[in-house]
Amino acid sequence: MARSVSTNRKLVTTFFAWVVGLAIFFPILWTILTSFKTEAQAIADPPIFFNFHWTLENYVTVQERSNYFRHFWNSVVLSGGSTLLGLIIAIPAAWSMAFVPSRRTKDILMWMLSTKMLPPVGVLVPMYLIFRNLGLLDTQIGLVIVLTLINLPIIVWMLYTYFKEIPGEILEAARMDGATLRSEILYVLTPMAIPGIASTVLLNIILAWNEAFWTLNLTAAKAAPLTAFIASYSSPEGLFYAKLSAASTMAIAPILIMGWFSQKQLVRGLTFGAVK
Amino acid sequence: MATKHSRASARIMISPAVILLLGWMLIPLSMTLYFSFLRYNLLMPGMEEFTGLTNYKYFLTDPAFFAALTNTILLVCGVLLVTVIGGVFLALLLDQPFFGQGIVRILVIAPFFVMPTVSALVWKNMFMNPVNGLFAHLFKFFELEPFDFLAQAPLASIIGIVSWQWLPFATLILLTAFQSLDQEQLEASEMDGAPWIKRFWFIMLPHLSRAITVVILIQTIFLLSVFAEILVTTNGGPGTASTNLTYLIYMQSLLQFDVGGGSAGGVVAIILANIVAIFLMRMIGKNLDA
Repeated sequence: MARSVSTNRKLVTTFFAWVVGLAIFFPILWTILTSFKTEAQAIADPPIFFNFHWTLENYVTVQERSNYFRHFWNSVVLSGGSTLLGLIIAIPAAWSMAFVPSRRTKDILMWMLSTKMLPPVGVLVPMYLIFRNLGLLDTQIGLVIVLTLINLPIIVWMLYTYFKEIPGEILEAARMDGATLRSEILYVLTPMAIPGIASTVLLNIILAWNEAFWTLNLTAAKAAPLTAFIASYSSPEGLFYAKLSAASTMAIAPILIMGWFSQKQLVRGLTFGAVK
Repeated sequence: MATKHSRASARIMISPAVILLLGWMLIPLSMTLYFSFLRYNLLMPGMEEFTGLTNYKYFLTDPAFFAALTNTILLVCGVLLVTVIGGVFLALLLDQPFFGQGIVRILVIAPFFVMPTVSALVWKNMFMNPVNGLFAHLFKFFELEPFDFLAQAPLASIIGIVSWQWLPFATLILLTAFQSLDQEQLEASEMDGAPWIKRFWFIMLPHLSRAITVVILIQTIFLLSVFAEILVTTNGGPGTASTNLTYLIYMQSLLQFDVGGGSAGGVVAIILANIVAIFLMRMIGKNLDA
Protein backbone atom coordinates (compact mmCIF):
# COMPACT_ATOMS: atom_id res chain seq x y z
CA MET A 1 0.00 0.00 0.00
CA ALA A 2 1.28 3.42 -0.84
CA ARG A 3 1.88 5.48 2.21
CA SER A 4 -0.13 8.66 2.40
CA VAL A 5 2.01 11.67 3.04
CA SER A 6 0.75 14.95 4.38
CA THR A 7 0.95 17.82 1.90
CA ASN A 8 2.99 19.78 4.39
CA ARG A 9 5.71 17.20 4.55
CA LYS A 10 5.68 16.86 0.81
CA LEU A 11 6.22 20.61 0.45
CA VAL A 12 9.16 20.55 2.84
CA THR A 13 10.75 17.64 0.97
CA THR A 14 10.14 19.45 -2.30
CA PHE A 15 11.97 22.49 -1.01
CA PHE A 16 15.03 20.58 0.19
CA ALA A 17 15.21 18.32 -2.85
CA TRP A 18 15.14 21.28 -5.22
CA VAL A 19 17.77 23.20 -3.23
CA VAL A 20 20.12 20.21 -3.26
CA GLY A 21 19.39 19.42 -6.90
CA LEU A 22 20.05 22.96 -8.04
CA ALA A 23 23.23 23.17 -5.94
CA ILE A 24 24.63 20.04 -7.58
CA PHE A 25 23.62 21.22 -11.03
CA PHE A 26 24.83 24.76 -10.47
CA PRO A 27 28.36 24.43 -11.98
CA ILE A 28 26.83 23.18 -15.21
CA LEU A 29 24.14 25.85 -15.22
CA TRP A 30 26.76 28.52 -14.53
CA THR A 31 28.92 27.26 -17.40
CA ILE A 32 25.98 27.39 -19.79
CA LEU A 33 25.00 30.90 -18.66
CA THR A 34 28.58 32.17 -18.86
CA SER A 35 28.94 30.91 -22.41
CA PHE A 36 26.39 33.53 -23.50
CA LYS A 37 28.12 36.46 -21.76
CA THR A 38 30.86 38.79 -22.87
CA GLU A 39 34.26 38.21 -21.28
CA ALA A 40 33.80 41.26 -19.05
CA GLN A 41 30.42 40.09 -17.81
CA ALA A 42 31.80 36.60 -17.23
CA ILE A 43 34.16 37.79 -14.50
CA ALA A 44 31.96 40.59 -13.15
CA ASP A 45 31.82 41.00 -9.40
CA PRO A 46 29.12 40.67 -8.12
CA PRO A 47 28.31 37.87 -10.58
CA ILE A 48 25.54 38.49 -13.10
CA PHE A 49 22.98 35.72 -13.31
CA PHE A 50 20.38 36.42 -15.95
CA ASN A 51 20.16 40.10 -16.77
CA PHE A 52 23.04 40.34 -19.19
CA HIS A 53 23.10 40.90 -22.91
CA TRP A 54 22.93 37.38 -24.36
CA THR A 55 25.39 36.82 -27.18
CA LEU A 56 26.49 33.92 -29.37
CA GLU A 57 29.81 35.56 -30.11
CA ASN A 58 31.85 33.10 -27.99
CA TYR A 59 30.61 30.13 -29.93
CA VAL A 60 31.65 31.77 -33.19
CA THR A 61 35.07 32.68 -31.80
CA VAL A 62 35.76 29.20 -30.46
CA GLN A 63 34.98 27.65 -33.83
CA GLU A 64 37.01 30.22 -35.80
CA ARG A 65 40.04 30.14 -33.59
CA SER A 66 40.48 26.47 -32.90
CA ASN A 67 38.45 24.64 -35.49
CA TYR A 68 36.12 23.28 -32.85
CA PHE A 69 34.14 21.10 -35.19
CA ARG A 70 37.11 19.01 -36.19
CA HIS A 71 37.49 17.93 -32.55
CA PHE A 72 33.76 17.47 -32.25
CA TRP A 73 33.84 15.27 -35.34
CA ASN A 74 36.76 13.29 -33.86
CA SER A 75 34.69 12.65 -30.74
CA VAL A 76 31.76 11.49 -32.88
CA VAL A 77 33.98 9.17 -34.92
CA LEU A 78 35.74 7.73 -31.87
CA SER A 79 32.66 7.09 -29.77
CA GLY A 80 30.47 6.01 -32.69
CA GLY A 81 33.14 3.89 -34.32
CA SER A 82 34.19 2.12 -31.15
CA THR A 83 30.57 1.42 -30.23
CA LEU A 84 29.75 -0.01 -33.64
CA LEU A 85 32.87 -2.15 -33.74
CA GLY A 86 32.20 -3.28 -30.18
CA LEU A 87 28.64 -4.31 -31.06
CA ILE A 88 29.77 -6.35 -34.06
CA ILE A 89 32.18 -8.29 -31.87
CA ALA A 90 29.97 -8.47 -28.78
CA ILE A 91 26.58 -9.53 -30.20
CA PRO A 92 27.77 -12.99 -31.35
CA ALA A 93 29.71 -13.47 -28.11
CA ALA A 94 26.73 -12.51 -25.95
CA TRP A 95 24.46 -14.68 -28.07
CA SER A 96 26.60 -17.74 -27.54
CA MET A 97 26.93 -17.15 -23.79
CA ALA A 98 23.24 -16.46 -23.25
CA PHE A 99 21.76 -19.24 -25.40
CA VAL A 100 24.43 -21.92 -25.59
CA PRO A 101 25.94 -21.69 -22.12
CA SER A 102 28.70 -24.11 -21.25
CA ARG A 103 30.45 -24.89 -18.02
CA ARG A 104 32.99 -22.21 -18.75
CA THR A 105 30.59 -19.38 -19.59
CA LYS A 106 30.67 -17.92 -16.13
CA ASP A 107 34.44 -18.02 -16.01
CA ILE A 108 34.71 -16.32 -19.38
CA LEU A 109 32.34 -13.57 -18.25
CA MET A 110 34.30 -13.00 -15.07
CA TRP A 111 37.56 -13.02 -16.93
CA MET A 112 36.30 -10.43 -19.41
CA LEU A 113 35.28 -8.27 -16.50
CA SER A 114 38.72 -8.64 -14.97
CA THR A 115 40.35 -7.05 -18.03
CA LYS A 116 38.38 -3.93 -17.14
CA MET A 117 40.09 -3.81 -13.76
CA LEU A 118 43.50 -3.38 -15.32
CA PRO A 119 44.62 0.16 -14.50
CA PRO A 120 45.31 1.86 -17.85
CA VAL A 121 48.53 3.39 -16.59
CA GLY A 122 49.89 -0.14 -16.11
CA VAL A 123 50.06 -0.60 -19.87
CA LEU A 124 50.67 3.01 -20.85
CA VAL A 125 54.31 2.48 -21.85
CA PRO A 126 53.84 -0.53 -24.15
CA MET A 127 50.70 0.97 -25.71
CA TYR A 128 52.55 4.19 -26.41
CA LEU A 129 55.47 2.30 -27.98
CA ILE A 130 53.21 0.00 -30.01
CA PHE A 131 51.28 3.00 -31.28
CA ARG A 132 54.48 4.86 -32.12
CA ASN A 133 55.99 1.93 -33.99
CA LEU A 134 52.83 1.20 -35.96
CA GLY A 135 52.33 4.86 -36.77
CA LEU A 136 49.01 4.88 -34.91
CA LEU A 137 49.76 7.81 -32.60
CA ASP A 138 47.28 10.62 -33.17
CA THR A 139 45.13 8.65 -35.60
CA GLN A 140 41.40 7.99 -35.38
CA ILE A 141 41.71 4.31 -36.19
CA GLY A 142 44.20 3.66 -33.38
CA LEU A 143 41.95 5.25 -30.79
CA VAL A 144 38.85 3.53 -32.10
CA ILE A 145 40.62 0.21 -31.50
CA VAL A 146 41.70 1.11 -27.96
CA LEU A 147 38.27 2.46 -27.00
CA THR A 148 36.60 -0.64 -28.43
CA LEU A 149 38.83 -2.90 -26.37
CA ILE A 150 38.43 -1.05 -23.11
CA ASN A 151 34.65 -0.99 -23.40
CA LEU A 152 34.15 -4.42 -24.94
CA PRO A 153 33.69 -6.18 -21.56
CA ILE A 154 30.89 -3.75 -20.63
CA ILE A 155 29.16 -4.22 -23.98
CA VAL A 156 29.34 -8.03 -23.75
CA TRP A 157 28.08 -7.97 -20.17
CA MET A 158 25.16 -5.66 -20.83
CA LEU A 159 24.08 -7.54 -23.94
CA TYR A 160 24.41 -10.82 -22.07
CA THR A 161 22.07 -9.68 -19.29
CA TYR A 162 19.53 -8.42 -21.85
CA PHE A 163 19.74 -11.54 -24.03
CA LYS A 164 19.21 -13.71 -20.95
CA GLU A 165 15.73 -12.24 -20.63
CA ILE A 166 14.70 -13.41 -24.09
CA PRO A 167 13.19 -16.93 -24.09
CA GLY A 168 15.45 -19.31 -26.01
CA GLU A 169 12.42 -21.16 -27.39
CA ILE A 170 11.75 -18.37 -29.84
CA LEU A 171 15.21 -18.75 -31.33
CA GLU A 172 14.78 -22.49 -31.40
CA ALA A 173 11.50 -22.15 -33.27
CA ALA A 174 13.26 -20.03 -35.87
CA ARG A 175 15.95 -22.68 -36.17
CA MET A 176 13.29 -25.37 -36.64
CA ASP A 177 11.84 -23.33 -39.46
CA GLY A 178 15.20 -23.57 -41.15
CA ALA A 179 16.74 -20.21 -40.25
CA THR A 180 20.52 -20.13 -40.51
CA LEU A 181 22.53 -18.92 -37.57
CA ARG A 182 23.17 -15.64 -39.30
CA SER A 183 19.50 -14.92 -39.92
CA GLU A 184 18.62 -16.22 -36.47
CA ILE A 185 20.80 -13.55 -34.89
CA LEU A 186 20.14 -10.81 -37.42
CA TYR A 187 16.39 -11.18 -37.94
CA VAL A 188 15.07 -12.87 -34.80
CA LEU A 189 17.30 -12.01 -31.84
CA THR A 190 18.43 -8.50 -32.73
CA PRO A 191 14.96 -7.02 -33.35
CA MET A 192 13.72 -8.47 -30.07
CA ALA A 193 16.68 -7.12 -28.17
CA ILE A 194 16.52 -3.63 -29.68
CA PRO A 195 15.73 -1.85 -26.37
CA GLY A 196 18.64 -3.62 -24.66
CA ILE A 197 20.99 -2.95 -27.55
CA ALA A 198 19.92 0.69 -27.63
CA SER A 199 20.75 1.26 -24.00
CA THR A 200 24.05 -0.56 -24.41
CA VAL A 201 24.89 1.74 -27.31
CA LEU A 202 23.89 4.80 -25.36
CA LEU A 203 25.99 3.93 -22.32
CA ASN A 204 28.95 3.00 -24.45
CA ILE A 205 28.86 6.25 -26.42
CA ILE A 206 28.81 8.15 -23.13
CA LEU A 207 31.81 6.23 -21.77
CA ALA A 208 33.79 6.59 -24.99
CA TRP A 209 32.95 10.27 -25.36
CA ASN A 210 34.21 11.07 -21.87
CA GLU A 211 37.22 8.74 -21.84
CA ALA A 212 40.14 10.91 -20.82
CA PHE A 213 43.19 8.76 -20.29
CA TRP A 214 43.97 7.22 -23.66
CA THR A 215 42.54 10.11 -25.62
CA LEU A 216 44.85 12.52 -23.79
CA ASN A 217 47.95 10.34 -24.02
CA LEU A 218 47.68 8.97 -27.54
CA THR A 219 46.58 12.05 -29.49
CA ALA A 220 48.18 15.37 -30.33
CA ALA A 221 46.39 17.63 -32.79
CA LYS A 222 44.91 15.67 -35.66
CA ALA A 223 42.81 13.02 -33.93
CA ALA A 224 42.26 14.85 -30.64
CA PRO A 225 38.65 14.55 -29.49
CA LEU A 226 36.90 17.07 -27.28
CA THR A 227 38.42 15.76 -24.05
CA ALA A 228 41.89 16.62 -25.32
CA PHE A 229 40.74 19.85 -26.98
CA ILE A 230 39.28 21.13 -23.71
CA ALA A 231 42.45 20.12 -21.86
CA SER A 232 44.34 22.54 -24.09
CA TYR A 233 42.41 25.34 -22.35
CA SER A 234 44.19 24.56 -19.09
CA SER A 235 46.84 27.18 -19.85
CA PRO A 236 46.17 30.92 -20.08
CA GLU A 237 43.35 30.53 -22.60
CA GLY A 238 41.26 29.05 -19.81
CA LEU A 239 41.11 32.48 -18.25
CA PHE A 240 38.77 33.58 -21.02
CA TYR A 241 35.80 32.26 -19.10
CA ALA A 242 33.16 32.96 -21.69
CA LYS A 243 35.04 31.12 -24.43
CA LEU A 244 35.97 28.27 -22.11
CA SER A 245 32.29 28.00 -21.20
CA ALA A 246 31.16 27.99 -24.81
CA ALA A 247 33.63 25.23 -25.69
CA SER A 248 32.63 23.25 -22.58
CA THR A 249 28.91 23.62 -23.20
CA MET A 250 29.24 22.29 -26.71
CA ALA A 251 31.40 19.42 -25.46
CA ILE A 252 28.98 18.22 -22.80
CA ALA A 253 25.56 19.04 -24.29
CA PRO A 254 25.11 15.97 -26.52
CA ILE A 255 26.17 13.56 -23.80
CA LEU A 256 24.11 15.26 -21.13
CA ILE A 257 21.00 14.76 -23.23
CA MET A 258 21.87 11.13 -24.03
CA GLY A 259 22.70 10.48 -20.40
CA TRP A 260 19.34 11.67 -19.19
CA PHE A 261 17.66 9.20 -21.48
CA SER A 262 19.78 6.32 -20.26
CA GLN A 263 19.84 6.89 -16.51
CA LYS A 264 17.97 3.68 -15.70
CA GLN A 265 20.23 1.45 -17.81
CA LEU A 266 23.26 3.23 -16.42
CA VAL A 267 22.90 1.49 -13.07
CA ARG A 268 22.67 -1.90 -14.67
CA GLY A 269 25.52 -1.31 -17.07
CA LEU A 270 27.97 0.19 -14.64
CA THR A 271 27.43 -2.34 -11.88
CA PHE A 272 27.57 -5.29 -14.29
CA GLY A 273 24.13 -6.36 -13.20
CA ALA A 274 25.02 -6.43 -9.51
CA VAL A 275 22.36 -3.77 -8.82
CA LYS A 276 19.19 -3.72 -10.88
CA MET B 1 18.36 -27.53 -26.17
CA ALA B 2 21.81 -26.96 -27.45
CA THR B 3 22.86 -29.30 -30.20
CA LYS B 4 26.39 -30.35 -31.05
CA HIS B 5 26.17 -28.14 -34.10
CA SER B 6 25.19 -25.06 -32.11
CA ARG B 7 27.91 -25.72 -29.55
CA ALA B 8 30.52 -25.60 -32.26
CA SER B 9 29.13 -22.42 -33.74
CA ALA B 10 28.83 -20.91 -30.26
CA ARG B 11 32.53 -21.39 -29.81
CA ILE B 12 33.24 -19.70 -33.11
CA MET B 13 30.93 -16.80 -32.25
CA ILE B 14 32.59 -16.08 -28.96
CA SER B 15 36.16 -16.42 -30.15
CA PRO B 16 36.71 -12.95 -31.70
CA ALA B 17 35.81 -11.27 -28.41
CA VAL B 18 37.93 -13.67 -26.37
CA ILE B 19 40.95 -13.52 -28.66
CA LEU B 20 40.88 -9.72 -28.86
CA LEU B 21 40.60 -9.28 -25.10
CA LEU B 22 43.26 -11.90 -24.51
CA GLY B 23 45.61 -10.06 -26.84
CA TRP B 24 44.71 -6.71 -25.29
CA MET B 25 45.56 -8.09 -21.90
CA LEU B 26 48.55 -10.31 -22.55
CA ILE B 27 50.60 -8.36 -25.09
CA PRO B 28 50.91 -5.00 -23.31
CA LEU B 29 51.00 -6.66 -19.91
CA SER B 30 53.90 -8.92 -20.76
CA MET B 31 55.67 -5.99 -22.40
CA THR B 32 55.26 -3.91 -19.25
CA LEU B 33 56.63 -6.76 -17.20
CA TYR B 34 59.56 -7.21 -19.58
CA PHE B 35 60.44 -3.50 -19.72
CA SER B 36 60.30 -3.25 -15.96
CA PHE B 37 63.44 -5.38 -15.75
CA LEU B 38 65.35 -3.29 -18.30
CA ARG B 39 67.31 -0.11 -18.15
CA TYR B 40 65.47 1.53 -20.99
CA ASN B 41 65.23 5.24 -21.66
CA LEU B 42 63.81 6.60 -24.90
CA LEU B 43 66.38 9.38 -24.86
CA MET B 44 69.19 6.81 -24.97
CA PRO B 45 68.15 4.32 -27.62
CA GLY B 46 70.28 1.21 -28.05
CA MET B 47 71.44 1.28 -24.44
CA GLU B 48 68.88 -1.21 -23.15
CA GLU B 49 70.21 -3.81 -20.78
CA PHE B 50 68.83 -6.20 -18.22
CA THR B 51 69.02 -4.79 -14.72
CA GLY B 52 66.93 -7.16 -12.65
CA LEU B 53 64.96 -5.47 -9.91
CA THR B 54 66.82 -2.14 -10.02
CA ASN B 55 63.84 -0.26 -11.48
CA TYR B 56 61.61 -1.55 -8.72
CA LYS B 57 64.16 -0.58 -6.10
CA TYR B 58 64.37 2.97 -7.48
CA PHE B 59 60.64 3.30 -7.91
CA LEU B 60 59.72 1.97 -4.47
CA THR B 61 62.39 3.93 -2.60
CA ASP B 62 61.73 7.20 -4.44
CA PRO B 63 60.18 9.62 -1.93
CA ALA B 64 57.77 10.60 -4.70
CA PHE B 65 56.40 7.05 -4.67
CA PHE B 66 55.53 7.25 -1.01
CA ALA B 67 53.91 10.65 -1.51
CA ALA B 68 51.99 9.37 -4.53
CA LEU B 69 50.83 6.28 -2.68
CA THR B 70 49.61 8.39 0.25
CA ASN B 71 47.87 10.79 -2.13
CA THR B 72 46.25 7.94 -4.02
CA ILE B 73 44.87 6.47 -0.80
CA LEU B 74 43.72 9.88 0.45
CA LEU B 75 42.08 10.64 -2.86
CA VAL B 76 40.26 7.32 -3.06
CA CYS B 77 39.16 7.35 0.58
CA GLY B 78 38.22 11.03 0.57
CA VAL B 79 36.03 10.71 -2.49
CA LEU B 80 34.48 7.48 -1.20
CA LEU B 81 33.64 9.08 2.12
CA VAL B 82 31.96 12.09 0.52
CA THR B 83 30.11 10.18 -2.17
CA VAL B 84 28.88 7.27 -0.05
CA ILE B 85 27.65 9.36 2.87
CA GLY B 86 26.34 12.08 0.58
CA GLY B 87 24.83 9.45 -1.68
CA VAL B 88 22.94 7.73 1.13
CA PHE B 89 21.38 10.98 2.26
CA LEU B 90 20.62 12.18 -1.23
CA ALA B 91 19.03 8.85 -2.14
CA LEU B 92 17.01 9.01 1.07
CA LEU B 93 15.81 12.50 0.17
CA LEU B 94 15.04 11.72 -3.48
CA ASP B 95 13.15 8.58 -2.52
CA GLN B 96 10.54 10.67 -0.66
CA PRO B 97 7.54 11.84 -2.63
CA PHE B 98 7.86 15.48 -3.73
CA PHE B 99 6.91 17.74 -6.62
CA GLY B 100 9.17 17.57 -9.67
CA GLN B 101 10.91 14.30 -8.81
CA GLY B 102 11.88 13.62 -12.40
CA ILE B 103 13.46 17.02 -12.95
CA VAL B 104 15.42 16.99 -9.70
CA ARG B 105 16.74 13.55 -10.49
CA ILE B 106 17.95 14.81 -13.85
CA LEU B 107 19.69 17.74 -12.16
CA VAL B 108 21.43 15.49 -9.63
CA ILE B 109 22.62 12.93 -12.15
CA ALA B 110 24.01 15.51 -14.60
CA PRO B 111 27.61 15.89 -13.29
CA PHE B 112 28.29 12.25 -14.09
CA PHE B 113 28.01 12.97 -17.81
CA VAL B 114 30.42 15.88 -17.81
CA MET B 115 33.77 14.86 -19.25
CA PRO B 116 36.59 14.97 -16.68
CA THR B 117 38.58 17.67 -18.46
CA VAL B 118 35.57 19.98 -18.60
CA SER B 119 34.59 19.59 -14.98
CA ALA B 120 38.18 20.03 -13.81
CA LEU B 121 38.65 23.20 -15.88
CA VAL B 122 35.31 24.71 -14.94
CA TRP B 123 35.99 24.17 -11.24
CA LYS B 124 39.59 25.35 -11.53
CA ASN B 125 38.91 28.57 -13.40
CA MET B 126 35.35 29.63 -12.77
CA PHE B 127 35.05 28.57 -9.14
CA MET B 128 38.45 28.12 -7.49
CA ASN B 129 40.40 30.85 -9.22
CA PRO B 130 41.63 33.17 -6.43
CA VAL B 131 40.89 36.37 -8.39
CA ASN B 132 37.92 35.86 -10.65
CA GLY B 133 36.40 32.62 -9.39
CA LEU B 134 32.94 32.54 -7.85
CA PHE B 135 34.38 31.39 -4.53
CA ALA B 136 36.71 34.40 -4.54
CA HIS B 137 33.71 36.69 -5.08
CA LEU B 138 31.90 34.92 -2.27
CA PHE B 139 34.87 35.29 0.08
CA LYS B 140 35.15 38.97 -0.78
CA PHE B 141 31.45 39.41 -0.08
CA PHE B 142 31.99 38.07 3.43
CA GLU B 143 35.17 40.14 3.69
CA LEU B 144 37.44 37.12 3.98
CA GLU B 145 40.90 36.67 2.54
CA PRO B 146 40.79 35.06 -0.91
CA PHE B 147 41.89 31.45 -0.81
CA ASP B 148 43.90 29.86 -3.62
CA PHE B 149 42.34 26.41 -3.48
CA LEU B 150 44.57 24.59 -5.92
CA ALA B 151 47.79 26.07 -4.56
CA GLN B 152 47.03 25.91 -0.85
CA ALA B 153 44.94 22.75 -0.66
CA PRO B 154 45.50 20.99 -3.98
CA LEU B 155 44.59 17.47 -2.96
CA ALA B 156 41.49 18.51 -1.05
CA SER B 157 40.35 20.58 -4.03
CA ILE B 158 40.81 17.67 -6.39
CA ILE B 159 38.92 15.43 -3.96
CA GLY B 160 36.12 17.98 -4.11
CA ILE B 161 36.04 18.05 -7.90
CA VAL B 162 36.14 14.27 -8.25
CA SER B 163 33.49 13.86 -5.56
CA TRP B 164 31.19 16.18 -7.49
CA GLN B 165 31.60 13.92 -10.52
CA TRP B 166 30.96 10.68 -8.64
CA LEU B 167 28.23 11.72 -6.20
CA PRO B 168 25.56 11.18 -8.89
CA PHE B 169 26.77 7.63 -9.50
CA ALA B 170 26.55 6.69 -5.83
CA THR B 171 23.18 8.42 -5.48
CA LEU B 172 21.69 6.72 -8.51
CA ILE B 173 22.73 3.24 -7.43
CA LEU B 174 21.65 3.74 -3.82
CA LEU B 175 18.35 5.19 -5.00
CA THR B 176 17.78 2.10 -7.12
CA ALA B 177 18.49 -0.03 -4.05
CA PHE B 178 16.11 2.05 -1.88
CA GLN B 179 13.31 1.49 -4.36
CA SER B 180 13.50 -2.26 -3.86
CA LEU B 181 13.09 -1.87 -0.10
CA ASP B 182 10.13 -3.69 1.35
CA GLN B 183 7.69 -0.91 2.27
CA GLU B 184 5.53 -3.15 4.44
CA GLN B 185 8.42 -3.98 6.68
CA LEU B 186 9.04 -0.27 7.18
CA GLU B 187 5.39 0.39 7.89
CA ALA B 188 5.22 -2.44 10.40
CA SER B 189 8.20 -1.11 12.31
CA GLU B 190 6.70 2.36 12.18
CA MET B 191 3.48 1.09 13.70
CA ASP B 192 5.45 -0.70 16.38
CA GLY B 193 6.77 2.71 17.30
CA ALA B 194 10.37 2.43 16.10
CA PRO B 195 11.85 5.92 15.84
CA TRP B 196 13.17 7.07 12.47
CA ILE B 197 16.82 6.65 13.37
CA LYS B 198 16.26 3.03 14.35
CA ARG B 199 14.33 2.29 11.18
CA PHE B 200 17.19 3.84 9.22
CA TRP B 201 19.89 1.98 11.11
CA PHE B 202 18.31 -1.46 11.40
CA ILE B 203 16.21 -1.75 8.25
CA MET B 204 17.34 0.68 5.56
CA LEU B 205 21.11 0.54 6.05
CA PRO B 206 21.35 -3.27 6.09
CA HIS B 207 19.24 -3.33 2.94
CA LEU B 208 21.68 -0.89 1.34
CA SER B 209 24.83 -2.69 2.42
CA ARG B 210 25.13 -4.64 -0.80
CA ALA B 211 24.66 -1.58 -3.00
CA ILE B 212 27.13 0.38 -0.88
CA THR B 213 29.73 -2.34 -1.32
CA VAL B 214 29.22 -2.29 -5.07
CA VAL B 215 29.55 1.50 -5.13
CA ILE B 216 32.75 1.37 -3.10
CA LEU B 217 34.38 -1.32 -5.21
CA ILE B 218 33.48 0.13 -8.60
CA GLN B 219 34.41 3.66 -7.64
CA THR B 220 37.72 2.46 -6.22
CA ILE B 221 38.61 0.88 -9.55
CA PHE B 222 38.00 4.19 -11.33
CA LEU B 223 39.41 6.42 -8.60
CA LEU B 224 42.74 4.60 -8.56
CA SER B 225 43.15 5.83 -12.13
CA VAL B 226 42.17 9.50 -11.74
CA PHE B 227 44.29 11.31 -14.29
CA ALA B 228 42.70 14.07 -16.37
CA GLU B 229 41.55 16.04 -13.32
CA ILE B 230 45.13 16.25 -12.04
CA LEU B 231 46.61 16.93 -15.45
CA VAL B 232 44.50 20.03 -16.13
CA THR B 233 44.33 21.47 -12.62
CA THR B 234 47.62 21.11 -10.76
CA ASN B 235 49.92 18.95 -12.90
CA GLY B 236 50.51 16.98 -9.72
CA GLY B 237 51.91 19.97 -7.85
CA PRO B 238 52.92 21.96 -6.04
CA GLY B 239 55.82 19.53 -5.68
CA THR B 240 54.15 16.18 -5.33
CA ALA B 241 51.28 17.50 -3.23
CA SER B 242 48.62 16.23 -5.64
CA THR B 243 50.49 13.53 -7.56
CA ASN B 244 48.80 10.15 -7.45
CA LEU B 245 50.28 6.87 -8.67
CA THR B 246 48.75 7.13 -12.13
CA TYR B 247 50.14 10.63 -12.57
CA LEU B 248 53.57 9.68 -11.21
CA ILE B 249 53.89 6.82 -13.67
CA TYR B 250 52.69 9.06 -16.50
CA MET B 251 55.39 11.61 -15.64
CA GLN B 252 58.08 9.00 -15.41
CA SER B 253 57.23 7.29 -18.68
CA LEU B 254 56.02 10.02 -21.02
CA LEU B 255 57.70 13.13 -19.62
CA GLN B 256 61.02 11.64 -18.52
CA PHE B 257 61.00 8.89 -21.17
CA ASP B 258 62.06 6.36 -18.54
CA VAL B 259 60.40 3.28 -19.97
CA GLY B 260 61.96 0.91 -17.44
CA GLY B 261 61.02 2.93 -14.37
CA GLY B 262 57.55 3.71 -15.68
CA SER B 263 56.93 0.04 -16.35
CA ALA B 264 58.02 -0.96 -12.87
CA GLY B 265 55.53 1.62 -11.57
CA GLY B 266 52.89 0.18 -13.87
CA VAL B 267 53.39 -3.29 -12.43
CA VAL B 268 53.03 -1.89 -8.90
CA ALA B 269 49.80 -0.11 -9.92
CA ILE B 270 48.43 -3.31 -11.43
CA ILE B 271 49.13 -5.27 -8.25
CA LEU B 272 47.39 -2.64 -6.13
CA ALA B 273 44.35 -2.54 -8.40
CA ASN B 274 44.12 -6.31 -8.38
CA ILE B 275 43.74 -6.40 -4.63
CA VAL B 276 40.57 -4.32 -4.97
CA ALA B 277 39.44 -6.18 -8.04
CA ILE B 278 39.46 -9.58 -6.33
CA PHE B 279 36.86 -8.41 -3.83
CA LEU B 280 34.70 -6.85 -6.53
CA MET B 281 34.82 -9.97 -8.69
CA ARG B 282 33.70 -12.13 -5.80
CA MET B 283 30.65 -9.92 -5.24
CA ILE B 284 29.64 -9.93 -8.87
CA GLY B 285 30.42 -13.62 -9.26
CA LYS B 286 28.06 -14.49 -6.44
CA ASN B 287 25.36 -12.56 -8.21
CA LEU B 288 25.78 -14.57 -11.40
CA ASP B 289 24.45 -17.72 -9.77
CA ALA B 290 21.30 -16.03 -8.55
